[in-house]
Order: sequence, then C-alpha cells, then structure tokens
Amino acid sequence: MIFAANKWVAGWLVGLGRITLLAREAFLSFFTFKIAWRDLLYQIFFIGVKSQTVVLITGAFTGMVLGAQTYFQFHKVKMDTATLAVVGVSLCDELGPVLTALMVAGRVGAAIAAELGTMRVTEQIDALRTLATHPVDFLVVPRIVAAHFALPLLTIESICLGIGASYLVGVYLLGIDATYSWANMLKYTHPIDVWIGVIKAFVYGGIIALISCYKGLTCRLGAEGVGRATTEAVVYSSITILITNFFLTLVLGKIASLL
Amino acid sequence: MIETRNLRKSFGPQPVLDGVSFRIENGESVAIIGRSGCGKSVLLKHLIGLLQPDAGEVWIDGENIVPMNERQLLRVRRKFGMVFQGSALFDSMTVAENVAFGLRRHEHLTETEITRRVAEALDTVDLPGTEKKNPAELSGGMRKRVGLARAIVYEPQIVLYDEPTTGLDPIVSDNIDQLMLRVRDRLQVTTVVVTHDMRTARRVGQRVLMMHEKKIYASGEPEEFFASPDPVVRQFIDGVADPKETPF
Repeated sequence: MIFAANKWVAGWLVGLGRITLLAREAFLSFFTFKIAWRDLLYQIFFIGVKSQTVVLITGAFTGMVLGAQTYFQFHKVKMDTATLAVVGVSLCDELGPVLTALMVAGRVGAAIAAELGTMRVTEQIDALRTLATHPVDFLVVPRIVAAHFALPLLTIESICLGIGASYLVGVYLLGIDATYSWANMLKYTHPIDVWIGVIKAFVYGGIIALISCYKGLTCRLGAEGVGRATTEAVVYSSITILITNFFLTLVLGKIASLL
Repeated sequence: MIETRNLRKSFGPQPVLDGVSFRIENGESVAIIGRSGCGKSVLLKHLIGLLQPDAGEVWIDGENIVPMNERQLLRVRRKFGMVFQGSALFDSMTVAENVAFGLRRHEHLTETEITRRVAEALDTVDLPGTEKKNPAELSGGMRKRVGLARAIVYEPQIVLYDEPTTGLDPIVSDNIDQLMLRVRDRLQVTTVVVTHDMRTARRVGQRVLMMHEKKIYASGEPEEFFASPDPVVRQFIDGVADPKETPF
C-alpha cells in the first residue's frame, strides 16, 4: 500500500518536473528561434475561431441561468435591479474565464493531445527530428502562443454575450427595470474585473496547451496510448484550471483591493 | 564516416543491443540484416540520435553524438536523410509541403527555387505531378517514395532507410531498390539500409552486416556473405525455421 502510494507520488512528481522542463524549453524557444507565423495563425484559427460556437453558447446560457437565479433570490428582498451587477462581476471575475477555459480544454486540449499522440505513434515526431526540427519549436510553441492569445479573446466574447443574454432574460422575461439594472451593472463592475478575467484566461490558455502538448508528446504507443493521453489532457487541464483559479482569485483579488 | 563503439541499449529489463561496434566509410553502402525484433531499427535510430544508448559511442564525421543534447543534435542531423518504415509523412501537409519541409526550415530559398527542387526530387523518385496530393491518397509504395524524396531533397551526406521494402509487393520493392541505387549513385551519399529482404540487401549493400543475439554477428561483401557456410547466416539467408524453436 505504502509502496504503491510512493510510486504514485514519485510518478506524479516526475510528470510535474517534465512539464516544467517542457515549459522552460518552450519559453526559451519562443525567445530564441523565429516563430512559424503560418502555423501560429492556423493554431489561432483552430483554437480561437473554431471554438467560438461552443464558448458563446456556454457564455450565453450561463449568463441567462445566473441572471434568472440571482433575480429569484434578489426579488425576495426587492433588489431586482442589482441582478445584472452580480452577473457582470461573476462573469468577468470567475465564470467567464473558467467556463471558457473548461470548454476549450474539452475541445482543443483533446484535439492537441490526439494529434500529437498520433504523430508520435506514426513516427512523424521522429521524422521532424530527423529533418533537424525541434518538436518544441514546431509543435509546442505555436500552440501555446495561440492559446495564450485566443483564450482572453474568447473569454471577452463569452462575458459580453453572457451579460447580453442575462439582460434580455432579466428585462424582457422577468420584468427588471432596464435603466437601473444597466446603471447598477456599470457601477459595480469595474475595469479591474475585466482585467482579472483576461489575466486568468491568458494563464488558462497556457495551461491547456502545455498539458495537452505534454500528454500528446509523451503518450504511450498504440491506439490505447493515444486514447489515454487525450482523456488525461482534458482531465488534468480541467483540474489544473480549477485549482489555479482559486490561487489566482486570491492573488488578483488582493492586488485589486490595493489599487 | 559513421562509427559505433560498444553500443549497448536495453528497454526495461530487455537488452536489445549488447556491444555493437562497426564502422561505415563515406560513400559506402551498407545493408544491416537480421531477424525481426533483433534490434536493427533501434541501431539505426542510434545513428541519428533518435535514441540514446545506455553505454557506448556513436561517431559521425569525427564527433561523438552521444553526449549531445537535442539542440546540438539538430546540427548533426542536417547531414542525414531518413526514410521510415511507415513513411512517417506529415498527414496534415500535401506531398509538396512534405518534401519542401526541410528546405523551408533550413535553407533560405525563394518559393520558385523550392518549387523547382521539390519537382526535381519527386521526379527522381518517379512521382512527377503529385505535389498537390495528400498522403492519404497515396499507396504504400508511393508514400515510401515521397518519404525518400523528402529525405534527399536537401542533399544530405548520409541516407538511412528503415525497412524500405517491408509490406510492398515484389515489383514495387524492386522499384524502391532501384531508387535507392539511383540516389546513391546520383548524390554520392553514404547509405545504410536496415532490411530483412535478402534481395534488397544483395542489390543495395556493398557490404552486409548481420545482427544476431544483440551483436553484429557477421559482415562481408554480398558475394562472400551470401556464400557463407556459417549455419546461423545460412539459416537466415535461406529462411529456414528451427523446428525446435516455437516463436508463437
């Protein structure tokens, strides 16, 4: 039992160390070697543009549900017009970046791990190396940079649509006063809330791309290995996002309170 | 010049190479033969630094590549072209993009020059006009030839072939053999072919090395090697199974 636990902890630490080394290699590569713009643009298209539908649907329905639930509680204490303020702050600070990141982890993280895993299994990664190309330069860096760039934009889209959808539900379905509600939202949602959301999304983009690339590049050979890498990429990305969110909330909240 | 000195490699508890030493001169053409799973492909991957040995040295043109890290190895790998057993074409790219990959990454050429070099390489492997096709549209033999075009387009000094005729019919295999000879003679490259196809070994190799029990067991020029009376060599050449052995 103790032996198994030790083995599990050791394996976990080795994995963590290897991801750190991959992050270091990608960081150095980004500043040392010229980036392949064509690949970067394709990855931005794949991670950003292609994820819009799923992210926007998530943002809109989350905004609507949050608006409705907040209204049901606030209506009891006659605070209906504060509904949109709660929705605005919640979407900017927490739900926008986290739900966007979780949806992108599911869609893009799985695709990255499966693509790189298949490349590894079919010796395409070895072929890259024989063509004097470092896999980190060609495969990892464009994906990390693209995810860092795309996630904040997707998050902003998701937040805007969530607030808009919540406004429509609140005003036209539940009968909240439009003017007061909008004014309250602008009063309580500060630019720092938007910045918190953008910073979080930037970090989550890197987490998704890094973990998914790592899982793809190190997957075990065979169809089972690729399948497992894909699952692990999504699960580990999602868990890491949720854990990181807690610490980012504490740190960014503290910084925001000092400003 | 390629040289290995006392190369050892294990995967877990399973030793695959146990003190492999040999030397290949510039411009020489060598076929490495041996039974399936005897470590031929593992040995080939050590020559280009795709695998790191547990012990021993690999010398390429006077440089020991074993202590080099991945970035340092990239410089050495520019001397090599490698054709993989499963072709390993990039399936997200067209044939032309696959062949042009090395040129685009490492040489400062105009798009016109790249297009010309790609067409030339595809012509060398008898696949003119296939630039816009995707790897998925090609047959096994065509994929091997595109892999060869990709390996030779930037005119390397050494070309490594990993089982180039495995899984192909005899006529396509013969075609691949002829292409390897054409590339060898036209580009004056050092050629290392890993194969268990006796016809390929006999035609392409100026020297044949046989791996057996994790070592180089026998070596010689094709005429001498294929006339060898050694029972292990004979058994492999003649393809006779040992009745006492149960491989399944």
